[in-house]
This record gives sequence, C-alpha cells and structure tokens, in this order.
Amino acid sequence: MATEILMPALSPTMEEGTLAKWLVKEGDSVTSGDILAEIETDKATMEFEAVDEGIVGKILIPEGTEAVRVNTPIAVLVEEGEEVGEVSAPAPASPQQTAEPAAEPESTPAQASAPAAPEADLSPDWPEGTAMKTQTVREALRDAMAEEMRRDGEVYLMGEEVAEYQGAYKISQGLLDEFGSKRVIDTPITEHGFTGIAVGAAFGGLKPIVEFMTFNFAMQAIDQIINSAAKTLYMSGGQMGAPMVFRGPNGAAARVGAQHSQDYAAWFMQVPGLKVAMPYSASDAKGLLKSAIRDPNPVIFLENEILYGRNFDVPDMDDYTVPFGKARIWREGTDVTLVSFGIGMSYALEAADKLAEEGISAEVIDLRTLRPMDTATIIRSVMKTNRCVTVEEGWPQGSVGSYISSVLMTEAFDYLDAPVINCTGKDVPMPYAANLEKLALVTTDEVIAAVKHVTYR
Amino acid sequence: MATRKSARKPNVSAEELTTYYREMLLIRRFEEKAGQLYGMGLIGGFCHLYIGQEAVVVGLEAAAEEGDKRVTSYRDHGHMLACGMDPKGVMAELTGREGGYSKGKGGSMHMFSKDRHFYGGHGIVGAQVPIGAGLAFADKYKENGRVTFAYFGDGAANQGQVYETFNMAAIWQLPVVFVIENNQYAMGTSQARSTSTKDIYHRGEAFGIPGDMVDGMNVLAVKEAGEKAVAHCRSGKGPYILEIKTYRYRGHSMSDPAKYRTREEVQKMREERDPIEQVRAMLLEGKHASEEDLKAIDKEIKEIVSQAADFSRESPEPQLDELWTDIYAEAIPQEVN
Repeated sequence: MATEILMPALSPTMEEGTLAKWLVKEGDSVTSGDILAEIETDKATMEFEAVDEGIVGKILIPEGTEAVRVNTPIAVLVEEGEEVGEVSAPAPASPQQTAEPAAEPESTPAQASAPAAPEADLSPDWPEGTAMKTQTVREALRDAMAEEMRRDGEVYLMGEEVAEYQGAYKISQGLLDEFGSKRVIDTPITEHGFTGIAVGAAFGGLKPIVEFMTFNFAMQAIDQIINSAAKTLYMSGGQMGAPMVFRGPNGAAARVGAQHSQDYAAWFMQVPGLKVAMPYSASDAKGLLKSAIRDPNPVIFLENEILYGRNFDVPDMDDYTVPFGKARIWREGTDVTLVSFGIGMSYALEAADKLAEEGISAEVIDLRTLRPMDTATIIRSVMKTNRCVTVEEGWPQGSVGSYISSVLMTEAFDYLDAPVINCTGKDVPMPYAANLEKLALVTTDEVIAAVKHVTYR
Repeated sequence: MATRKSARKPNVSAEELTTYYREMLLIRRFEEKAGQLYGMGLIGGFCHLYIGQEAVVVGLEAAAEEGDKRVTSYRDHGHMLACGMDPKGVMAELTGREGGYSKGKGGSMHMFSKDRHFYGGHGIVGAQVPIGAGLAFADKYKENGRVTFAYFGDGAANQGQVYETFNMAAIWQLPVVFVIENNQYAMGTSQARSTSTKDIYHRGEAFGIPGDMVDGMNVLAVKEAGEKAVAHCRSGKGPYILEIKTYRYRGHSMSDPAKYRTREEVQKMREERDPIEQVRAMLLEGKHASEEDLKAIDKEIKEIVSQAADFSRESPEPQLDELWTDIYAEAIPQEVN
C-alpha cells in the first residue's frame, strides 16, 4: 500500500519550511532511519528521516521549494512491485490547499466562574469552657510535631540540626529522644538535595516535615518545592503528589541583614498546588501545624523567630487542630478592618489598642492561612467597616496586601469609602544598622497613620 | 518474563533474547511513530526521543523485581514502555488526550504511573536524582527491600544536587542505583566540553559509592551490570552508580538539527553498534530464531504501535473542567477561594 510522506513540523512553532534537498531519488529503497531530505525551518536545517520502509515511488515536491506547509504530502512510498497510483502532486503549496496541522484546541475562557462571596465561618476554634494553658509558640510547634508523630508512623522530621543539636531554634527539642534517629534526621547543609529527597520520600508514601533553618535557605531548594512538590499532582493527572510540610522561621529576626530577613509569604502564596500557613499565636501555630502535617498536599508553614518565645493561651485538649482557610477575628470593630497574619498581627493589634483610645474602632482579622485565603471574612468585615488597611512585613510590590486590595476592588468596590492601604516593609533589602532596620520594617505608627488616612481623621 | 540467569552469552536463553528484542523494538518503533506524529502536528511542545538508547532501560528492567521503582528525566518514553506501561496511554499523553497517563495534563516530559512504580518524567534537569534517592529513603524507612533506579544523563551529571544526593545516599546507605545514561551530548554540548572527568562514575568514589562503566549498546552487558548493582543495593550496602555509555541517534529534541556531530558519527554507531541489531544477530546466529520468526515479531510490534497511535488520535481532548482538577489532593472547601 502506498504511504504518503508528509512535510514534518520540526519545532513547536513551525508552520512551513523549505524543502532544501532530497537525499533520495525515485526508485530508491529506503528503510526506517534513512535520511530522506533536508528541510530548512526558520531556525535551522534539519535532516528528515524515513519512518517506514519502502521504495520512493514519487517525489511530489521538488527540492528548492519554499514555504511548504506542514503536513503537505511531499513524496509517496510504495512497496516492492507496487505501481505508483494516480498521485497528483499538489500545486506549489499554499495554505488554503493544505491540511492544517493538528486539531486546534478549542479556545476556552480560562476562568471558571468565581464563587460568590459566601458566609464566613465564624465558629469558635475550641469548645466553650475548654481549659487553657500558657505556652510559647516554640513549645506549641514542638507539641504539634510530637503529637502527629505519635499518631502516624509515616511522619518524620528532617533538617539541619533538628536532632542531636535539638533544633537551631530549639523547636525540635526532645524529639530525637522520643522518636529516635530513624524519624528525626540531621541532614548535611544541603537544602536543594535534602528537599528533593524529602519530595521523593513523599512520592514514596511518607509524610516528611522539612525544617529549613530559615526560609531564606529554602531558596536553594525552590525548584524542588515548586516544580516537584507543588506541580506533580496536576502533572500526574491526580495519581501522585507530595503530602509534606516545609517549615521554619520566615521574615526578619533582628539585625541579621538582607540575606536572613526576607518574608516569603507573597511568593509562596502565588503557587497553585501549595498551601501556605503563617500563624501568629501559639494556639494557631499548634492547630495549624497539626492540620498541615495531616494535609495530603505540600504545605509551606511560615514561622517567625521573634514570635517563638512569645506566650499565648493554648487550649488544653487532646487533639486540637485549626482548619486551613478560616481567618480568626481577634477583635471586632466598626470603623476600619485591619487584615494581617504572622508577626504583622503584633502591629495590627497594638494599633487597634491605641486607636481605641482615640475613639476609632478597628476590627482585626488574622488570616492564619494565605492559601487558601479566607477572603469571605475580609469582605464581610469591609461591608461593615467600609475601610481596610493590610499589614505585613514583606515588600510592597506584589504583596499579600496588594492581592487583598484587588479582591476588595472586585468583590466589595461599592462598600469601600476609601482606597485600601497596604502597610508593608519598605522596598529595600534589609539593612543591618539598627536605626535603618527599624526604618525598613513596618511600624505600629504607620498602621495608625494609615487608619487615620482611610477614616479621614 | 526475564530470567535471572547470568548474561554471559552461552547461558542466554532464546526466550530471554527474544524478550529483549521485542521490548527494544517496541521502544524503537514507538519513538519513530512519535516522531512521525510530531511531524504531523499531533504532538506538541518538546519531544525527546529515545532511539539508540533502548538497551539501557530494557537491560536494567530485566534486573529489576516487581515493586522496584524508577524515576527519570524528560527523555522518558523508553522507560515507561520498558516498565510495562501501556503504549496507548503513553502515546495519548503525547497527543494531549484524555486517555493519556496524566489525562493530557502532563505531556511528553511529565508522565507517571503509580501502578508501575514509575515516578516521572521530570522536566528539570537533575531534579529527579534527589527524588529517586527520596523514593529509596521511603523504601528503607519502610524496610520493604525495594530498590530505586534514578536515571539521569551526562548533562544532569553536572548539576550540584546530584552530588548533594550522592553524599546523603552514601551516609544514609540508601538502596538506589544511580544510572548515568551517558549519550555523550548534553543537548549540543559534548561530554569533553562540559565535564572535567572522562568517566563520570569515578565521581562516586569521592563519596565512597562504587560504580561501573557499562556498554549501553549491549543489552546483556547492561542487564549483568544491573543485577550486580541491584544485589548491592538490596543487600543493604547503599547506593551504586552505573555509567552506561549509550548514543542517541536523533537530535536532543525534535527541533534539534544536531549539527554538533557528524552524520558519519551517527551512521557508524547505527551500523556497528545498534543494540537491536546486535540481539537480532545473536538470535539468528544462535539459531534461536529464523528470519520468519523475527518478521512475525516485527509485525506484532508494528501493530501494537499502530494501535497506540490510533488510540492517541481517537481519544478526545480532556474535558474543559479538567483545567481545575488535581491541583489539590482534596477540593478546597467552597467557602474560601
């Protein structure tokens, strides 16, 4: 049976090319892999190989022909003894006469309809009457890991100095003693490598907790976090993903300079496939970390060194978890909505106290998780206060606040009585000098000034 | 099924040789067809063919046991066919259709099969190496006796994460075979221009990891080396490196004219070292098979590939709502965006 040889596409973008040279002539026998012709694309001259074996029955497009459309028959291959039938050579190829390459995918509106702003979940985090105990964020994080490791033998912790040193910031204190070196693993200083190994372990059925000594070092491993951990579930059509937690201190500590002080909240929040938590209080640190470890997806868990030693009330109950995607309203108010997360909450809450003294009532929302983000709670609040100020330590351009602003513009435009203001860290690498560092960070005074601006006081 | 006999020529059974012939031929014909479909515009984007390297995966799969894992780079079609994935599902993924292994959402470079313990298909050069060690880490943790094959090329062998992984695989004694598929060109850059050492496997010595150089055009040599490496890993002695010298006949990808090497170099390799021709000659010379027998196999393979190609064209494009699925392992609750 005669087989048509078609003009090949030799690059992702090629639509036509020049048939520069035939390397076979009519009557030649060819076998798979033989070079038939040279074809020039806009980028290169390519050799074009035979796939089938047979005899070149007829050459339909002579060499030197330019602008041969992809998929135009250029020759006919016949079997031994077979006559070339009436194969009409196409006229000098023109786009109209040739088959279009492949079926064009239907153009699709890329957006699914956005869900209407629903009711926010205002249910309490723990049952009424639960006894409380005072704990530091550090202790709460350790308890969360220990409880989950007791609960599930597939959960393990790896990172630099997590085992014998008991944690660079003592978050993993005591875990080696309880769980042993099989499950609490000191790694060499090799973030890219051990993050990749943890991703592989997650593919292989374990639930790794990867501690970064700081998230600044996670930049060494960003490829494994984004390209391998976050995207695999999608790329595999749902067959496999990376149930794991990446955790460690994030953002500025004190006087550690530009390379140790970045807030990565906005970066990670951008990535579909990741979940991102950034707790402020000890109870949220505990409840969210337990949820993160149980979550079947890769979770970025952003802690803060300054908060580690801070005390909070933590519910004294057996299995306390906090769901992702549910903001917490720390204080109700009527004049302005302050939205923050992580250490930004310190400024927001302090500002709210001071504003109250001046007769301005601020509602303060702690997002707790940035992806999923409980925008419904923000919108509900802004519908009441008609004003919003966001507070974070990260940089201004492409910040968490700028995303919240865009959501409010879209979903609550008619309720806004003033433009949303984003209070952020300054648009500079973190300086070392004490006075400059102070200037680079967001301050309570700036939050107060922003509130006065949006309330026209 | 491959037998566990030594690969020394006198002991190779006709059945074993025939299996290798069939498996290598399937990869070769599949890849030729993929190239053809690419030429017709049915396969898009990047498409990296495995033609010439068939003996590497077929030989190593013969050394593997059920449950062992494998992970590789973007030149992954051969690995998938060799570990028993369905040619239809692979080809339909290449054409971006619903019937593909990733429902059309992964493409040539990103395909997976949990059933066949194939963990990708990774598009970032070298990233699969720590992932492979991580799979081995999970197996060691579970004490299940499995071994992982982590394949990478001579190009990836210059990525830093490979050596970070060698170090950890050695200190943690992970059951992983690092397979360097040295086809001598990292895209257009020859090994001599990119790599400080002549033999890449020697780099394992710095980490205390043993290794061998293997003739990757000889499936029996690959299988024998694979068995040695697997036995080492399975016995708890830690990782092993196999540098398998091979050759790709085609360009780096479909859009590579391969001007960095001569046509004579490629032709010489095809004529003198072709892995399929070598087994074919062994079958005929050893009177294990007749020309007619082999023709029947050729026909059978052609039919499998033809059916895969038909399936890949007939399978519909994914439903549009597939855009929004498989982003998270469970749906994000409706009340948040």
